[in-house]
Amino acid sequence: MRILSLLSFALIIYSSISVAGSGKLIGTAGLNQLEGAGGGGIVPWATLSGYDTQDEVSVNAFITQVNLEDYRLNVIGANVSLYDRAEFSVARHVFDLTTLGGEIAQKVYGAKVRLYGDVVYSDWPQISVGVQHKELEDTAVAQLVGSKDNSGTDYYLAATKVHLGAAAGYNLVWNLTGRLTKANQLGLLGFGGPENEDYELMLEGSLGVLFSRHFAAGIEYRQKPDNLGLGEDDWMDVFVTYIPSKRVNFTLAWADLGSIAGATGQKGFYLSVGGQLW
Amino acid sequence: MVKHIVTLLALLLLVSGCASRSTTLYEELGGEAKINEIVENFVYEIEYNETILPYFAESDIERFITKFSEQLCVFSGGPCEYSSDTMEQVHGGMNITEADFNLTVDLFINAMNKANVPHRLQNQLINRMTHTRRQMLYL
Repeated sequence: MRILSLLSFALIIYSSISVAGSGKLIGTAGLNQLEGAGGGGIVPWATLSGYDTQDEVSVNAFITQVNLEDYRLNVIGANVSLYDRAEFSVARHVFDLTTLGGEIAQKVYGAKVRLYGDVVYSDWPQISVGVQHKELEDTAVAQLVGSKDNSGTDYYLAATKVHLGAAAGYNLVWNLTGRLTKANQLGLLGFGGPENEDYELMLEGSLGVLFSRHFAAGIEYRQKPDNLGLGEDDWMDVFVTYIPSKRVNFTLAWADLGSIAGATGQKGFYLSVGGQLW
Repeated sequence: MVKHIVTLLALLLLVSGCASRSTTLYEELGGEAKINEIVENFVYEIEYNETILPYFAESDIERFITKFSEQLCVFSGGPCEYSSDTMEQVHGGMNITEADFNLTVDLFINAMNKANVPHRLQNQLINRMTHTRRQMLYL
């Protein structure tokens, strides 16, 4: 509800002052990642979420569901991208413990600033820095597993580049992100723990090929800390994305999230629909 | 996991290495005839785009067709020479925005689609044109 009101607020403000963004090549705006930032599926990229150029703004929204063996993650989020320079995002996670019963909710507020470059046109990769502030709404499970805090902030630096025609004539996109974090399983299991309560640097990467103007496929990898000593695994996924227009995108992925809160082998389908509202 | 990425990269390199190096992109596209077709389609796309058309208000369209064909020939490795004003001279004072530039790239892609240029050749041609962007924007 709060997301919706924020979204309508943003729509009203920005519809009055600027033109809607449509000025990037189709497919090069990327998608919306789990925590609400413009990116791939699980990794934030240096690209901002919308098709806005330096004279434009855009407003985007998305829903994502990940169905695992013992859990189901539902995400709803929205972001505003300003003049291809700054991005502000909100996302809400609801993590259903489908086997154990119950759910864990958290909110993620994000901001990202593009420091350098254009993902397609600059010689060097586009570089952005970002923050993701996470606040747990349901803290019982996080406390039960021994986490130190109920909220935390991630900091990341991302580099993304599209190489036109580089993969046998197909466009190739890669992203590399370094993230300082204390979050356990995105923060759903709190921040820090008995094994470690300091920031650690985690590397995240994406590699994709655009097989046409409307289809892309690729892989992602996200390194994770194991602050709780529960054997938290790195995440990975393999995705296909259909981008019928600059207005909407659909992503289907197979995600392997490893061990979550002691339940091993958490794999399943990841489904996401994103759209540019303005 | 890293192994998978390395394998994928190696595959990509291998596949791109297999593409014939002996023929130029110009030849793969279909030479002068195909480039003329792309440029004619492009002019048609511009004529019907009310955002981009004003940029061409004072242009000599015949000259644009000749010079742009010449450029595409050079960029794709064809047997041509570009002889004209610099890109900066041509686009100075137009104050082309990033959005309008990218819209024009979309029109160029439409033009290539209508000329049945394969997706992979389209990307390679655009890749050889990108350096002109900084010679055109916000001048």
